[in-house]
Amino acid sequence: MSSKLATLKFEQLKAIKWRDVVLAILMPSVGVLAFILLWHTAAPNINTSLGDFPQPKQVYEQWGNLVDEYKTEQARAATFYERQEKRNAELLANDPQAKIDERSFNGRPTFFDKIKTSLVTVLSGFFVASIIAIPLGILIGLSQPLYSAFNPLIQLFKPVSPLAWLPLVTIVVSAVYVSDSPMFSKSYIISLLTVSLCSLWPTMINTAVGVAGVSKDLINVSRVLRLGWFTHVIKIVLPSAIPMMFTGLRISLGIAWMVLIAAEMLSQNPGLGKFVWDEFQNGSSDSLSRICLAILVIGLIGFLLDRIILLLQTYVNWDKSAVVR
Amino acid sequence: MSQIHLELTKVGIEFPTPKGPFCALQNVDLKIKKGEFVSLIGHSGCGKSTVLNIVAGLYKATTGGVVLNGREVNEPGPERAVVFQNHSLLPWLTAYENVELGVKRVFKGKKTKAEMREWIEHNLELVHMTHAIHKRPDELSGGMKQRVGIARALAMEPQVLLMDEPFGALDALTRAHLQDSLMEIQNELGNTVIMITHDVDEAVLLSDRIVMMTNGPAATVGEILDVTLERPRNRLELADNAEYNHYRSAVLRFLYEKQKKVESIGAKRAEKQLDKDAPAKAKSVA
Repeated sequence: MSSKLATLKFEQLKAIKWRDVVLAILMPSVGVLAFILLWHTAAPNINTSLGDFPQPKQVYEQWGNLVDEYKTEQARAATFYERQEKRNAELLANDPQAKIDERSFNGRPTFFDKIKTSLVTVLSGFFVASIIAIPLGILIGLSQPLYSAFNPLIQLFKPVSPLAWLPLVTIVVSAVYVSDSPMFSKSYIISLLTVSLCSLWPTMINTAVGVAGVSKDLINVSRVLRLGWFTHVIKIVLPSAIPMMFTGLRISLGIAWMVLIAAEMLSQNPGLGKFVWDEFQNGSSDSLSRICLAILVIGLIGFLLDRIILLLQTYVNWDKSAVVR
Repeated sequence: MSQIHLELTKVGIEFPTPKGPFCALQNVDLKIKKGEFVSLIGHSGCGKSTVLNIVAGLYKATTGGVVLNGREVNEPGPERAVVFQNHSLLPWLTAYENVELGVKRVFKGKKTKAEMREWIEHNLELVHMTHAIHKRPDELSGGMKQRVGIARALAMEPQVLLMDEPFGALDALTRAHLQDSLMEIQNELGNTVIMITHDVDEAVLLSDRIVMMTNGPAATVGEILDVTLERPRNRLELADNAEYNHYRSAVLRFLYEKQKKVESIGAKRAEKQLDKDAPAKAKSVA
């Protein structure tokens, strides 16, 4: 009897699993393949000034080229350091008191260096935005008068395009950020600030709404216990606002990544945005495929960033059973 | 035992509505002795909870006031702990941590960490929750959550324990079980308790006095019934007890004869019409 029951359960389990497999792997693959097929057939019919629109195959080839470029650059760096070390060793052998130069290799940034630059810039911009938006969101969520005071400003600045902010930010940064040996390049600061300015708002609004929506009953508990302001915020307000806060953070990071590409194009921050811009200006036969590749990489990274926020939310949220998607 | 501990004098409250102030309570007078168990009973909407919230300090009385041990009550505080109807536990904290929140607030600097720990565990033991001490509310049944809510209130060593229909949302068996637990605890600790209920049996079984409230608006104390049944009380023995049934019928008579809610169809229709005319009528006054 019990073994029969067990097999029955196993059968059910198998059936469920099969359905899951179809939904999780098969259907997404079908979607992607259909897209690639459509792209493959449509591309040769689009004639541009730079030749036919690239097919998936050519884009993939560019991936290989970019990897090769990276390897070559790595090799050049290795030989550079090897030579420098050798030269220094010889100098020291001749004269132990000799002054030694340790210079770092100054190569061209490859595609992968640009990805790294973009990631660093977007994350620092997002970090700055969150550091400002979360505390401010908590404050205006807790106080109706403060909310009324901030609301018009939020509504006013929220829809402003990064392209409108950028000239302003550029001029201000050029005037204010003046130093002989800058720790960060100007283009980095400009991109960072533009990203922050644009991605600030969703986190702020959602945090405020989450904070304002704390259940009345829990607020009464806090009043009866006469919790201090800080304990009240930490123990009662923040945990209930976390789901809303993360919804805001997700939207913000999405916006930050989109804004970054535009900001990098104009500020010439050596990231993915500049990569696309340079290829556009370059106009070689490879440019279109390289831009296509950059778009795919940008999309993939945006997707991964979103997943990371989701993971963080599951880690931070008290309600582990909450469905996040 | 005989000294007046908590005193409500001419308490009244008005809520602002777009149609002008709505008077929910008027002239509520009540004197409660230390260690007394008082129930407030009345039809829903008559302002029972409002009285409790005023004593808790969550609402401010428009007229009159509440005095506890010679000091006026004008804000909430842990010496008047509340057991909320829907338990109101913080869902992100375990049973232990929920109780700890109050204990830390009240005994900071008075008890060492180890003493607090012992005290929290002792209170959870009192409500028979030792087995689920580190579970979160979503892993507990309704009755268990309410037990933790009671432990949280008791652990603050309140001078008055305020209970707002504490067992209202529970099934009959769980409710009986918790009532027995509450009697046990009350017997042991001798807390002053004000409990709101709409359950006649609950009121008679648990109370030293039953305060019956008239229907709102402008509700007030209608009658007060002293229940002098001997303690400890046993619900099975009392079922056939003539005195118990006398109290019971006294309360029932008050609720269903003297303060009968007009529920005839014609009256309901009229009320509906009235509601249409005054949509903002303060209905939320529970």
